[in-house]
Amino acid sequence: MAQRRGKDPVATGIGLFSIALGVTQLAAPRWLARTIGLKGNARQSQFMRLRGLTEIAGGVGILARRRPAKWLLARAGGDVADLALLARAESRSHARTAGAMGAVAGVLLPDLLEGVRLGRGDGSDGEDVSVRKATTIRLPQEEVYDFWRDLENLPRFMVHLESVQQLDETRSQWRAKGPGGRPVEWEAELVEERPAELIAWRSLPGASVQHSGRVRFSPAPGGRGTEVVVELTYSPPGGGFGALAAKLSGEEPATQLADDLRRLKQVLEAGEVARSDGSLEGHSLTEHLKQRAAQPTKEEVTVR
Amino acid sequence: MKALCWTGRNSVSVENVPDPQILNDRDAIVKISSTAICGSDLHLYDGYVPTMKKGDVLGHEFMGEVVEIGDAVANLKVGDRVVVPFPIACGNCTACRNELYSLCENSNPNARLAEKLWGHSPAGIFGYSHLTGGYAGGQAEYARVPFADVGPLKIENGWTDEQVLFLSDIFPTGYMGAELCDIQPGDVIGVWGCGPVGQFAIRSAFLLGAERVIAIDRFPERLQMAADAGAETIDYEAVDSVPETLKELTGGRGPDAAIDCVGLEAHFPGPLYAYDRVKQALRQETERPFALREAIMSVRNGGIVSIMGVYGGLVDKFPIGAVVNRSLTLKSGQCHVHRYIRPLLERIEKGEIDPSFVVTHTLSLDDAPKGYELFKHKHDDCVKVVLKP
Repeated sequence: MAQRRGKDPVATGIGLFSIALGVTQLAAPRWLARTIGLKGNARQSQFMRLRGLTEIAGGVGILARRRPAKWLLARAGGDVADLALLARAESRSHARTAGAMGAVAGVLLPDLLEGVRLGRGDGSDGEDVSVRKATTIRLPQEEVYDFWRDLENLPRFMVHLESVQQLDETRSQWRAKGPGGRPVEWEAELVEERPAELIAWRSLPGASVQHSGRVRFSPAPGGRGTEVVVELTYSPPGGGFGALAAKLSGEEPATQLADDLRRLKQVLEAGEVARSDGSLEGHSLTEHLKQRAAQPTKEEVTVR
Repeated sequence: MKALCWTGRNSVSVENVPDPQILNDRDAIVKISSTAICGSDLHLYDGYVPTMKKGDVLGHEFMGEVVEIGDAVANLKVGDRVVVPFPIACGNCTACRNELYSLCENSNPNARLAEKLWGHSPAGIFGYSHLTGGYAGGQAEYARVPFADVGPLKIENGWTDEQVLFLSDIFPTGYMGAELCDIQPGDVIGVWGCGPVGQFAIRSAFLLGAERVIAIDRFPERLQMAADAGAETIDYEAVDSVPETLKELTGGRGPDAAIDCVGLEAHFPGPLYAYDRVKQALRQETERPFALREAIMSVRNGGIVSIMGVYGGLVDKFPIGAVVNRSLTLKSGQCHVHRYIRPLLERIEKGEIDPSFVVTHTLSLDDAPKGYELFKHKHDDCVKVVLKP
């Protein structure tokens, strides 16, 4: 399951307002122009429709991002332009136009404040994605914990990892296959560990992919083994577009994590990763996409 | 090696493919001495099962000689003669420990595909589409058998292949179908479909104490084979209504339990056949569930319907109202072969049953495509085809 962290209600309100206003501007430009005291002539209607389009685009942008600082500031810029235009527009009721300007100014304030507030923060573009997956393994909690706590075991089930090396009590060196097969290395540190219950880690500053993870172990009811719940939070390079590109290329973290947990269960319960002729390397999205025919391969394969 | 490959709808051919290799430490390679075509292979042949790929090696009923073992297989040695269960099971997960081997949690590397269609994934199966793992099957000279320390049953006495081969699938499947009926003294069991699984369901129902078995089919040779086992028979094309006929035969009660040994390609004399056939052809439903509907409508109040026929997806006009209002119990599952294979070998050893009765045709592997056609169209009174690689 991939989920965005809770979204700011003020930004959501502004986004919805933007879309509603844009739709009105598009659908009833003349009526709206006359309502705010303008003449509602062809030129004003045409301009009103154009603003309607930008208003909808802005609203969607604000709703789509978790921290839409740039979109809010752009909207504030639009408000300022609207004020300038209204001040110079051919008007038939100055009182109404003044009222409309007051309304625009009223929205400008939250646009600015929210935009600036959300623009601070951690310096990333704020598109952190967190994914959570769970599995149940028919082994005692301590054993599952111990296997995971020996971080050098992680590459046995995390297919993208090539190696993990413990540097000292808390720090470790991770090496993975990056995009295009180029190796990526980073350091991580343990931030919390409770024997048999929880391990939490995060990448150290300077890692190419900033991420953190926590895994919780708890007894499944009725002696059904151990429930393992993993949560990964990361900031994909390239923000939302990066996350989308990753999804399309099969590198999406939720899918990766689900496959990794299937392999963890196989390694711990069955002692090996299940491999078939169709999926020679076992669970992974790329295996599913390039599924081979179910007949033995000619290639030399290594026994795991 | 030579292997029978699926090459498209209604098309299979014997091709040269690479020999299988040991991929994991718990693998074994088996040199196949006998393998059979299963009714469910016909669903693949007919193109009703999704996720088939050209070149897939078919076959999930096979036996032979162990020729290579992985480092972790301690209970087998090269030269052992084994029958291999069709589901692939690790033996260690919760499902396996509960003897639900066809639900092994670790043997389907394509579990994600299966989860999309079915919610959760069952075990991997040999030669049975990529939904159940993409494993090469046993209609070949050799097969790789994963988790070989758990599945294969050693055959140590001089039983012929034909006497023990069907422990791989159809005997345990028919037996499980009967066992799910929870047969009590005096019970009358209805069996829809007298193909190979139906034949074993009929005999198993008697082994488990059924008073009477009523078998339903339309092919005289299959009805005769059922009658040979002591069943009463109904030719569904010769009667106006199967449920009514069953009522007449059971004092108005209906059978105590019903076993559907037909599955998704049922035939039915009547306009409803055209309805389901068209919907299935248009991929609006994946099944033609006539036998299942009829079994549900026929069974007595509070009865059990045991579904052993293969269904893959969605059905239309499912009589759920009969199930609810008449307190029916539906039971099903791909057979947990590992659970039954030893006890059923014992029944063979005790002379309670000789499974070789079901074989009507023995062909070489090279003639496998002909075997599929014979079996599909029931030509030459074909009930079961055994292939010799």
